[in-house]
Amino acid sequence: MPVIHDIESGGGAPALEAKHVSVHYGSKVAVSDVSLVVPANQVVALIGPSGCGKSTLLRCFNRMNDLVGGARVEGAVEFRGKNLYDPDVDPVEVRRRIGMVFQKPNPFPKSIYENTAFGPRINGFRGDMDERVETSLRQAALWDEVHDRLGDSAYALSGGQQQRLCIARTLAVKPEIVLMDEPASALDPIATQRIEELIYELKKDYTIVIVTHNMQQAARISDYTAFLYMGELIEYGPTETIFTNPREQRTEDYVTGRFG
Amino acid sequence: MSGSASPLGGTPSANDRRRRLFGSIFAITCGAATLVGVLALVVLLADVLRDGLPRFDWALLTNFASRFPERAGVKAALAGSIWILGLTALFAFPVSVAAAIYLEEYAPRNRWTRLIQLNIANLAGVPSIVYGMLGLAVFVRALGFDRSIIAGALTLSILILPVIIIASQEAVRAVPDSIRQAAYGLGATRWQVVSSQVLPMAMPGILTGTILALSRAVGETAPLIMVGAVGFIAFTPTGLGDPFTVLPLQIYNWISRPQADFQQIAAAGILVLLSLLMAMNAAAILLRNRYQKDR
Amino acid sequence: MSSPGTDDLSFKRARNVKEQVIGSFLFLSAAVSTLVTVGIVAVLFTETVAFFRAVSPVDFFTGTEWTPLFQNPRFGVLPLLSGSFLVAAGAAVVAIPLGLLSAIFLSEYSGPRLRGVLKPLLEILAGIPTVVYGYFALTFITPLLRTVLPETDVFNAASAALVVGIMIVPTVSSLSDDALRAVPKALRQGAYGLGATKFEVSTRVVVPAALSGILASFILGISRAIGETMAVTIAAGNMPNLTLNGLESIQTMTAYIVQASLGDTPHGSIGYQTLFAVGMTLFVITLAMNVLSQWVMARFREEYQ
Repeated sequence: MPVIHDIESGGGAPALEAKHVSVHYGSKVAVSDVSLVVPANQVVALIGPSGCGKSTLLRCFNRMNDLVGGARVEGAVEFRGKNLYDPDVDPVEVRRRIGMVFQKPNPFPKSIYENTAFGPRINGFRGDMDERVETSLRQAALWDEVHDRLGDSAYALSGGQQQRLCIARTLAVKPEIVLMDEPASALDPIATQRIEELIYELKKDYTIVIVTHNMQQAARISDYTAFLYMGELIEYGPTETIFTNPREQRTEDYVTGRFG
Repeated sequence: MSGSASPLGGTPSANDRRRRLFGSIFAITCGAATLVGVLALVVLLADVLRDGLPRFDWALLTNFASRFPERAGVKAALAGSIWILGLTALFAFPVSVAAAIYLEEYAPRNRWTRLIQLNIANLAGVPSIVYGMLGLAVFVRALGFDRSIIAGALTLSILILPVIIIASQEAVRAVPDSIRQAAYGLGATRWQVVSSQVLPMAMPGILTGTILALSRAVGETAPLIMVGAVGFIAFTPTGLGDPFTVLPLQIYNWISRPQADFQQIAAAGILVLLSLLMAMNAAAILLRNRYQKDR
Repeated sequence: MSSPGTDDLSFKRARNVKEQVIGSFLFLSAAVSTLVTVGIVAVLFTETVAFFRAVSPVDFFTGTEWTPLFQNPRFGVLPLLSGSFLVAAGAAVVAIPLGLLSAIFLSEYSGPRLRGVLKPLLEILAGIPTVVYGYFALTFITPLLRTVLPETDVFNAASAALVVGIMIVPTVSSLSDDALRAVPKALRQGAYGLGATKFEVSTRVVVPAALSGILASFILGISRAIGETMAVTIAAGNMPNLTLNGLESIQTMTAYIVQASLGDTPHGSIGYQTLFAVGMTLFVITLAMNVLSQWVMARFREEYQ
């Protein structure tokens, strides 16, 4: 498998590195021996047909797979030189540093303010909560739309706004890496565009790994793209290369829409 | 199915007519059967109201039990029922909700968990009088609580434990998984996920289930007879160790007397009991609505 | 980015201890239910063993006279068993047709609005305290029976069976209704497509498909009837009587337990132990029926899920 060590990344050091990661559900293999480097302050897209293991791989990066009964992870995911699967690592701490945004917007049945404040609050944040909420909502490009109704229920927002609230909620914890699992797949084209613009903005401060089944989206927003097929990493490299000049035939077939 | 097909819109064959007739008779029978149940409810309430209304007055609530039916009241029994209600809620609610949370959010999916689950389902089907025997042997005798309110409340608590657990589990299960994922994704610990997201969302369902279970406890007679609650008490309880009676037991005591006057006071007592149950159910609905508005 | 060191990923001691304490408390709460079962079995078992030291099991299970509190006591449980089964059988005769037909009406014939009214109304029947049913039987049903059949005793099994039957209608109708509604729509549509009438679809397709769920509801209802206490104590009397005549006064197992515990049965006496021997019999019978009902229900689930 191509392990990319010499990525010429603007952000410098790798933010996350997967080393021979495999995931089993009972006897079923969902991810098989995947190794890749996520460079800091870049957007990495995981693409591939449904069931290829891209979401499962993403969930390895902040140990969300721990919550699925019967899932077994092998290999290592290194974050700042530490394997996230070492026995002394607390998955709760991992998730505080590596946040996640889900496929469907899933705000809590609480106010906009409370949704954003939840993360800092459970993390024992003692500072100025109003300021933290405002910053996070601004970063998620939602502040202007909601600043005069922070007490309203999150369910009163549109789907696209809810998803940006979920992003703000994740940013409020001040993670270093943000994982996104098809964050725009439940949204209309205009809301999708706003999310994509937002991802572009966020890259300045965060490292982002995004799963998408939408190849145009991957091409538009990501710096690096990994193509997975049946649990295996087929090809990984700069997005431009993957989409214009892939090494593997299967990658080419997929990105040109011949299967998937 | 039908032997001779008739053209659409034409005269139906004799066979088709018979089939339709059967169908109508069956539909009417089913409807009538449903109405029998409803009718039984109406007749039962009418019977109790007819007998009890003449004695359903303030004196009924302020008088103690008496040898003389015209002076008898439910003061001690109503006080006992309210004591039992409060204590049973206090004992049963935390343990049941904790058990439900454990089974839904913490327990590993293995044989032991299934065994605990199966056990709870079976406990829910054990006749209430058997709980009375447990209460008699354990609380009254072994722990030496004697014929006290606390022995009664503990007995009823374990009686409604499985009912509240099952209702709470359903309420917890109804909380969408996406909410848990979101909270875990923000670095919440298991207890933070449960206490700050899952429980608040499940609470209306848990409270409704609890109040329904408590209604059952308030209507129970047999287990309290077993633990020695008595039908004739002329004072209101003042502490956990006091002897006591409750409304259903007082009613039973009156029903067992031959004089017609006591039948009337029994009916009036039933009206008090049913009013208490109705108040509890109304409270359940109010609580649920209020919680839902707060979201 | 300002970032703490990587060792920060390790478990935080204080938080971890707190989580574990909470987890243990929750586990202990769940274990209470198991303790209750162990307690019930232990209590019934110890006293029953003590009872069988004094009375031979053969006499207990085959004797036809139950006079444990008399000068010359007899310990044959058959009259109590027959009393319980007489009431349960009578209740089943009332509740099974009423419950099943109501369930068919609710699930197949009534629209959502009518159903929304009828189902809660029927369920109120299950929420009424049993002592109230006892009153209803004694003051309304028994006088009615005695008008029609003057030879009826004041306390009689028939009156108790009728009210217990009404009481368990919601058990039968609710569970059967669930089973009927779980039958896939496609099955109904298939039958309609063959030209079947609603009656034919209901009785020949839907009911057979839901049969195990319906059977489970019957078993559970009968189990409830056997365990029912106050209504039968009040209405059926306290006369152990080996009879199949519902118009006579009888005594059920539950009614005996109430009667004996109201009287003076000192701890350790044979009278006290009879309570538990009868209680054990009752417990074993109802448990067996509940387990059977769950087993039948589980088979039903396999068919459609």
